[in-house]
Amino acid sequence: MTIRTEPMTVNVGPQHPSTHGVFRVRITFDGEDIVEVEPVFGYLHRGTEKLAEERNYVQVVTLTDRLDYTSSMINNQAYCLAVEKLLGVEPPPRARYLRTLTAELQRIASHLIAVGFFVQELGAFGTPLMYGFRSRERILELFEMLCGARITVSYMRPGGVFADAPRDFWPALNRFLEDFEDEFAEMEQLLLENEILMIRTRGVSPIPPEVAINNSVSGPVLRASGVNWDWRKQEPYDAYDQVEFDVPIGSNWDNYDRFWVRIQEVHQSIRIIKQCIAQIEPGPVRLDLPLVLRPEAGREAYGRVEASKGELGFYLVSDGGISPYRCKIRSPSLINLTVIEHLLVGWKLADMIVSLGSIDINMGEVDR
Amino acid sequence: MYGLAMVKGLMVTLKNLTRKPFTIQYPEERAKQHPRFRGEEFVWYEERCTGCASCAKYCPLGIIKIETSPSGSMIPQGEKYRLEVFDIELQRCMFCGLCVEACPYDALFMGSGFEQGQYSRKNMVITIDQLRNAEKHPSTWFRPQLEGYEGGTDSFRRTPTIAQGESRFSYDPRGGPPLGWREVGRESWRWHQSEKAGMRLEQDEAVPDTGSDEPPQSGRGSDAAAD
Repeated sequence: MTIRTEPMTVNVGPQHPSTHGVFRVRITFDGEDIVEVEPVFGYLHRGTEKLAEERNYVQVVTLTDRLDYTSSMINNQAYCLAVEKLLGVEPPPRARYLRTLTAELQRIASHLIAVGFFVQELGAFGTPLMYGFRSRERILELFEMLCGARITVSYMRPGGVFADAPRDFWPALNRFLEDFEDEFAEMEQLLLENEILMIRTRGVSPIPPEVAINNSVSGPVLRASGVNWDWRKQEPYDAYDQVEFDVPIGSNWDNYDRFWVRIQEVHQSIRIIKQCIAQIEPGPVRLDLPLVLRPEAGREAYGRVEASKGELGFYLVSDGGISPYRCKIRSPSLINLTVIEHLLVGWKLADMIVSLGSIDINMGEVDR
Repeated sequence: MYGLAMVKGLMVTLKNLTRKPFTIQYPEERAKQHPRFRGEEFVWYEERCTGCASCAKYCPLGIIKIETSPSGSMIPQGEKYRLEVFDIELQRCMFCGLCVEACPYDALFMGSGFEQGQYSRKNMVITIDQLRNAEKHPSTWFRPQLEGYEGGTDSFRRTPTIAQGESRFSYDPRGGPPLGWREVGRESWRWHQSEKAGMRLEQDEAVPDTGSDEPPQSGRGSDAAAD
């Protein structure tokens, strides 16, 4: 005799401690299996796109810090690239290197959080996350040295960066790179071939490449699905055409690969940073642009970068005024979320949060 | 078999036991704060301010309120608008520092503190009297002259701009003495020089354009000319 069961709908979030930010998923369970998924978001909506329409082009930089608050440098970079395209100007080479360098530092910080929380959601409470935070703290200290703030950096400006690095930044950066190798090796040794982690994540929630492409997924999630696609390679911006790096590609498309790709990307970021330090030369860091920018009316531009979570793009339209006529943000977290149905349906409750953690969403960016 | 793993695990514990703790016990000890830190209280030098309200216009949130009357004189250069109200609503401020970037006279600096908690919202507004009477510990954010070298062009060349060529490399806004308006120097960003406003420096005074490593004869730089 079989027991008759009914599907049950459970709200996960918005204040669930294990979700990433204020994200809510309504999940219909059959026993422990997920039958239906309905994401509900908008709890952190601040109207960034609309706010951008009433601020001038430099002031919008402060808004971009608050999109994906774990990778503010990269958000700054994407926006500044869009404005530079709109104006038709190119930043000086030293500024391009500084941007590349800080963006890669930020990518490391962001991936450390992603990896730390991913493992925490598997039940490894504390230790691996704190290993990640230990190194991230050093990066944030470098940012404080560079631009006076740790998270809301506002370091970049259309036409370069606001200021050169202080003199004590370079020794501090070298010290960080020396220590980070040990610290990260410790984290890798703990996690990379951890038996429990392998059992829990190998083969769980695979996203086949065609599904990933059809859902416009980008970033580490797409690369873990076996697609070699990285905007830093496809369409090099700033100084990425001057540096060498590899793009790690996953082969099993599963949760473990998404975790593994991030770990490998940290190594590549370190490579890029070292090349930047070797190649950077003295020079101006900011173009001589007026404080209030007025791009030509009718011009439009789309600037994109490979952010830590995927393709981050800013689409700006100018009407000749001091603020953008329209600012559309293509945020990677939101678009990576569209794959959630393929990710979760058919898998068990215990894997749900882990799979959600593996796509590394950030609600500041999803809701904007 | 499990015993070996246990020993291995305990080795990790042992290794970490001998390490210096990474955390800082905040109220008793403090993390080292970089001089560029954008702190809460603003530092304002009335002697330099002309009441142009550039800061108020450039603030993304519009939280700076300035009221002026067309009388008053400025110690360094003569006429200016007299400021009657200069309110900064700290509760909404996000410390982006754009007001400091917009100030053409180097009259506004970011502060260096971060412990300005108040019990009431009305106390969160910095008034003109508070700005006048506050101890001035300016941050070096967007004011590279305080860092002891001329930023903007290249940080490898040292050009002291503080009195007697004294290096401010180890400038510590929190620990050091408060600075008056004659001591804080003038910003001399290369990218700024083509749009001089008011008493912005002349080219020959600001930067020795030659690229030589020797410091200029009068390290005082800007304010010597202003006096």
